[in-house]
Amino acid sequence: MLDDVDKRLLRQLQAEPSLTAAELAGRAGVSALKATRRLGRLQENGILKGQHAVINWAALGYVVGVSLRITLDKTQSRAFDEFMEGARTIPEVTEIQTFLGRVDVRLSVIALDMAHYQTVYREQILALPHMADIEALMTVATLHNDESLPL
Amino acid sequence: MIELDEQDRAILAALSRDATQTAAALGGRIGLSQPATWRRIKRLRESGVLAGQRVALDAQALGFGVTVFLGVKLATKGRVSLEDFERAVAAIPEVQLVEHVLGLYDYRLRVVARDLADFERVLRRRVMTLPGVGDVEANVLLSEERRPGPI
Repeated sequence: MLDDVDKRLLRQLQAEPSLTAAELAGRAGVSALKATRRLGRLQENGILKGQHAVINWAALGYVVGVSLRITLDKTQSRAFDEFMEGARTIPEVTEIQTFLGRVDVRLSVIALDMAHYQTVYREQILALPHMADIEALMTVATLHNDESLPL
Repeated sequence: MIELDEQDRAILAALSRDATQTAAALGGRIGLSQPATWRRIKRLRESGVLAGQRVALDAQALGFGVTVFLGVKLATKGRVSLEDFERAVAAIPEVQLVEHVLGLYDYRLRVVARDLADFERVLRRRVMTLPGVGDVEANVLLSEERRPGPI
């Protein structure tokens, strides 16, 4: 199990992922050696899974963001698998999530402008298999985005 | 807006997978020298395309077993109520994402909790008591995949 030192290190790392082990150690109030050892162990345990660059798609011109909420035809036994397989081949899909609730799957789709979105939607999204219903939410603004866990 | 060539795209894809690799190691894999790779990374950062990094933790192992997406509709609208709502919702530690959206809902929230009972506590005590909150729809996350996107 995690102790206080692990939690402090992870909290600091989440707050500022680019810090070196020595800087993290300073902020968490432990020695650099201890911090390195603990972080190594968290990696081995699979708790610290890695770090990923965050791409700001708007800076590359992808200013349109749409959240598509999809209900699948569950009478088809392979509906989920086949739908996901198809969704993975669309480059403009940046996230695929499955749910328990009113919605089965959600896709995050980005596009350069509304005309481009229209093309992606009509030619690629609507060609995906087993969709019973589809509903769109268009992102106006992301006001808060911090996937840190409240450790 | 910044134009990307093949090597910039390769750098973005590689850093999305693993942001901790050095410029030397990354350059070696795509056939660029360490200084050339570093210059490109610096340009991508300065243009805002590389917008930091994200730490991936095993939420389940850390005791956060439930992620729920909420669609929230405001009961009363008007500039003041939007601002009040936005300020209050972003201050809830369990809320990881707040998006202002157009469509069936006004806001989309990502909430992390220890289990369903803990989620219910967050929903009742924190979310339902937000200023102006109306209809709320919850979908429990079952699986999540991040795709590389159009690079």
